Amino acid sequence: MGIWIMAGVTFREAARKKMLWMALAAGCAFLILFGTGLHFQAKDFAAHGMSPVLRREISFTMLTMGLYAVDLLAVLMTILTSIDTLSGEIASGTIQAIATKPVPRWQVLVGKWLGFLGMLTAYIAIMVGGVNAVTYVMAGVTARHLVGGFLLIWMESIVLLSVTFAFATYFSTLATGVLTLGLHGLAFLGGWIEQFGAITQTPRAVSVGVIASVLMPSEALWRRAAFEMQSPLANAMRISPFSTLSVPSMGMVFYAALYLSIALVIAIRRFSQRDL
Amino acid sequence: MSRSSDLAIRTRRLRKVFSGKVAVRNLTLDVPRGEVFGFLGPNGAGKSTSVKMLLGLVFPTSGEAEILGHPAGDVKTRSKVGFLPEHFRFYDWLTPIELLKLHGRLYGMSHAKLRERVPVLLDLVGLTSHRDKRLRDFSKGMLQRIGLAQALLNEPDLIFLDEPTSGLDPVGRRLVRDIIKAERNRGATVLLNSHLLGEVEITCDRVAFIKDGEVVEARELNPDVDQQTTVSIRVGNVTAEVVSGLSRWTSVVRWEGEHLRLTLSSSGVLPEIVRYLVAKGADVYEVTPQRFSLEERFLEIVGSDGGL
Repeated sequence: MGIWIMAGVTFREAARKKMLWMALAAGCAFLILFGTGLHFQAKDFAAHGMSPVLRREISFTMLTMGLYAVDLLAVLMTILTSIDTLSGEIASGTIQAIATKPVPRWQVLVGKWLGFLGMLTAYIAIMVGGVNAVTYVMAGVTARHLVGGFLLIWMESIVLLSVTFAFATYFSTLATGVLTLGLHGLAFLGGWIEQFGAITQTPRAVSVGVIASVLMPSEALWRRAAFEMQSPLANAMRISPFSTLSVPSMGMVFYAALYLSIALVIAIRRFSQRDL
Repeated sequence: MSRSSDLAIRTRRLRKVFSGKVAVRNLTLDVPRGEVFGFLGPNGAGKSTSVKMLLGLVFPTSGEAEILGHPAGDVKTRSKVGFLPEHFRFYDWLTPIELLKLHGRLYGMSHAKLRERVPVLLDLVGLTSHRDKRLRDFSKGMLQRIGLAQALLNEPDLIFLDEPTSGLDPVGRRLVRDIIKAERNRGATVLLNSHLLGEVEITCDRVAFIKDGEVVEARELNPDVDQQTTVSIRVGNVTAEVVSGLSRWTSVVRWEGEHLRLTLSSSGVLPEIVRYLVAKGADVYEVTPQRFSLEERFLEIVGSDGGL
């Protein structure tokens, strides 16, 4: 019961503090911009009598670009909204009035986690769905595996959410943000090194990327999502954020699931055992 | 010694060390059920840490702590406990009604019970006319009042009030005193942590002085007993023999110039003492009951540095 009360209040907090609405307003602005770009492109294609195959591939690339932007927004949204919920409430003493209620601490933490999960699920679903809907209306193209791609971006968000929670039980708000963004940055850079390693056929560079993904699998999930959603031809593009010459395996997806579970367990254990 | 079940709070050799620094050294304390108990001490004496250990917010390094007969931190026992933190802060986007409902639901209270209880509490703390405001628009005193209402939601058996009058005006302080009295009459135990010794003196049945993480003194504050146990007599023409004769009524006699200070078990013996002194040829000029002063005792225990 305590879990659902905390989940509800956390979700309501995002709505009341206008976080959710501002994010959605920014998302709508993004979709309008994206749709406008697609609209002009489609008109240009018609004017030049471009072949349907090429038109389709370019539209697919535009779709993937849109989804890449959504992925970046989801990453930032996840970290920025959840960063203060534990460390901030511990520092201000707000948590004291909650932690002295007859609710086990793990339920407080999991409730908050579920509240953010609900908010982020809604945000990512609207944004991924929106980009696909706009592309379909403007160019008649949708992601190859829309649900699979959505679930991978969603999972990337949950990995970052769980890591943010784990760090927040140890460190201040600022330190938590620096650490989580730093880890994601490491994974981001590792992803690029892995791609270049694949292009230049440098196995050791690929290994560096794999190690970065083991340290933080968030970027690997995006690359797998890109692989699932874009066309096979786009997948073969050599240098781009969507290049999937070295596609993270399903093993990496399972590893990410394990990773987020461990992060959540660490957060629960630490929060249950620390002084407040 | 009281049985564990008669005690609202029981600690034995409770100790807390933060990164090598001892916050609570050796806290042994018994608080019987139904008392208003004052917890006094200088800044940094370990009062708040002790309260946090009793509430399960801070884990002891060693020792034992029980509240209401269960180990401190027991989740089920918390349904019978109310707590007002020193600086009550909560989600400022809530209205007072939403705040009380949220806390009530965390206590496991039904919607029906909350519909009945929330207006009563808002009225009790004088916030009915502010029920639609957001907490972000509340003053410090109003936040303290809603925090107090939150601590009373579940009609607790044990209430921890950490500096409940801080930020309150004289009307608010009076309100807190009345609420504490009402809670005691209901049968609740109240642990009051306050720097305002006047408030403690008025409201508490007993106090414990804590210094360097240890209880250095615990005493009752029953005015019928305390106000007249110590008597100062200004007297002339007395001899050591006469003074030693006072031992039949008291074992504690201080003779300083013209003043005799006696500690008596009962004020009923005072006329006998005066008759005795006059019969022995002493000149009695003045008999003054010495009221126990919490402030003086506090300063004696804390020392002039105020614990800083």
